Amino acid sequence: MNNLLEVNQVSKNFGNFKALNNASISVPKGSIFGLLGPNGAGKTTLIRIINQITMPDSGTVHLDGTLLNASHIKDIGYLPEERGLYKSMKVGEQALYLAQLKGLSKAEAKERLTYWFERLEIGDWWNKKIQELSKGMAQKIQFVVTVLHQPKLLIFDEPFSGFDPINANLIKDEILRLREDGATVIFSTHRMESVEELCDDIALIHKSNKILEGKLVDIKRQYKINTFEVGIHSNNKEALKADLSQKFDVSLAHFKTLENDLKLSIKLKEGDKPNDLLSYLTTKGEVTHFVELIPSVNDIFIQTIKNN
Amino acid sequence: MNHLPLIIKREYLTKVRNKSFIVMTILSPIIMIVLISVVAYLSELNNDKVRTITVLDASGLVKDVFENTNKTKYNFLENMSLNDAKKLVKETNSAGLLYVDKFETIEDISNHIKFYSEDSPSLTLISDLETKLENKLTNLKLQKEGIDLETIRASNVLINIAQESFEGEEISKIDNFAKLGFGIAAGYLLFMFIIIYGNMIMRSVIEEKTSRIIEIIISSVKPVQLLLGKIIGTSLVGLTQFIIWLVFGGLLMTVVSLVLGVNFSNSGIPQQEIMQMSSGGSDFNFYFESFRLALVSLPLMNLIVAFILFFICGYLLYSSLYAAIGAAVDSETDTQQFILPIIMPLMLAVYIGIFTVIEDPHGTISTVFSFIPFTSPVVMLMRIPFGVPLWQQLVSLFILIATFMFAVWFAAKIYRVGILMYGKKPTYKELIKWMKY
Repeated sequence: MNNLLEVNQVSKNFGNFKALNNASISVPKGSIFGLLGPNGAGKTTLIRIINQITMPDSGTVHLDGTLLNASHIKDIGYLPEERGLYKSMKVGEQALYLAQLKGLSKAEAKERLTYWFERLEIGDWWNKKIQELSKGMAQKIQFVVTVLHQPKLLIFDEPFSGFDPINANLIKDEILRLREDGATVIFSTHRMESVEELCDDIALIHKSNKILEGKLVDIKRQYKINTFEVGIHSNNKEALKADLSQKFDVSLAHFKTLENDLKLSIKLKEGDKPNDLLSYLTTKGEVTHFVELIPSVNDIFIQTIKNN
Repeated sequence: MNHLPLIIKREYLTKVRNKSFIVMTILSPIIMIVLISVVAYLSELNNDKVRTITVLDASGLVKDVFENTNKTKYNFLENMSLNDAKKLVKETNSAGLLYVDKFETIEDISNHIKFYSEDSPSLTLISDLETKLENKLTNLKLQKEGIDLETIRASNVLINIAQESFEGEEISKIDNFAKLGFGIAAGYLLFMFIIIYGNMIMRSVIEEKTSRIIEIIISSVKPVQLLLGKIIGTSLVGLTQFIIWLVFGGLLMTVVSLVLGVNFSNSGIPQQEIMQMSSGGSDFNFYFESFRLALVSLPLMNLIVAFILFFICGYLLYSSLYAAIGAAVDSETDTQQFILPIIMPLMLAVYIGIFTVIEDPHGTISTVFSFIPFTSPVVMLMRIPFGVPLWQQLVSLFILIATFMFAVWFAAKIYRVGILMYGKKPTYKELIKWMKY
């Protein structure tokens, strides 16, 4: 069993509104899984179904090989997008309460909280009330509460919103470390650069349907356009460009170089190999830049949504 | 996993530690006692004042009915014209001038009695004077017609129907008063409790939504458990506050009445002299004793058990409805449209209790409403002192509990959907739609 979570043909309707239509995803064990989609696509509904907050109309969800049931609550840590804490309760008390709701004993919860609070350098907040903390500070506590019971599956919905870059980095490192320790992470966000950075797998949901799923590298390979950005040092740029245009699809490109080189983006024709291009280029001048254009998650996202 | 005790504990502790709760709990009885003391003190001041009434009796017939008491002094004028008397009374600080003109017949005299005063006199004063004059003039007229007063007095018959149940239990009128008193007290207590602490529950349910913690909580706890925990936790808070109020208020009242010598039983009731004169101390003791006996003769065990059960279940039913409202909206300002339909049956219950149960405790209306779960806690509690068969009580209680369970389930259902809807004011139509999600 390589997948920790198997969502199979799940549908959910709210009245006449179809929030999810036969959606299936498989989240491999130990992966960071990006759940992407435009606003209102059905991501939150899917996450709520996994958390047993809403029940699906049809379809099944398996966690670690067993059908989702009440005992799985302690196996999941969920940081929702709409999140908050009891305003008038003290930080420590509140964290203890939430940890106990996840099935930890009081002593155990206290021990782990002390560890985490020290780790994130927030130990002196224990007796403060939430209303005295800033939004970012409260987010840190929510993060700790989410991971405290060491769940197998962590679900983060926009985990970085409200954090400054330093704290966002801190949380990112913690997420990576948790994965090292064996947790599987589902990560829902609109920030494509963090998907690029963190995710191994992604699924794209659009208008209640899953329209794309797989390993990020595979998807990128699938979406690649055989185009290279090239920089060549040449005395006669126009002549060189005209020459290359006969063999390849050539257009002007913009990137930064140290010298005033000819900058082109060159699309290979069917059957051409990158090496053919490179060896041809070396005969024309000094190649200062040669990079394959890999589609960004952002490009893939926009392109896929547009095509649907 | 059963998190109920944990949730109850949190609800209870955060509420009890809340500053406004502590302030309210301590301040309320103090304010109440201060208010009552002021009213009692003022009314005692008022009672101490002696008023003077000037009487000009031109007929010479009624003078002897006015006897000075320690509250009222009568001042008699002789051989004076009405105008002179008016002037005189205006100058003194007399409460007013009673003028009885001289006529041939008693009818004419009685039709022309007048009372002159600066301010309009109190109703009790006028009715007091009227009673005195009426008695006197009636007697005079009877004498004139040649009827012997002694004969009339001797032939008066006093009826006092003795009541007894078929089992041979004696029932006194006082009994009925005790029963009514118990019923009304229980009904009002429940009413107050529901309104005060129902709102508290509603606010505590909304709290999770306004602070946006709801999704975190609901991913580890079932909504039914959360709601039940909130209802029980808040009810315990209410009970705590109530007990503190009773004990603290009682203590304060004792201290204040000992120190200041204020008599609380007098407070607020304007005393009529007639009452004071007619009911002597021994009479009062007699009433008190028979009231005590009446209380003892009530089906006490049944009453206490029924009171506890119906009170708790009725309170829980209504509080789960309040919780449902809290679940449906996400700010307190949106709750108004839903609260009225909850208060209505409660008001109805109290009025049915007061008007119908008194009239006919076992009539159709009383019986029917003592089974309908939204009115049964109040109406049944008012009926029980008059004797209700056990099966009726049990059936009514069963219906009540079943409705309560349903209400919690209903509230939880609304809750589950309500959390998905931020910032939208739900309508009744939408609520019904939510049930199907």
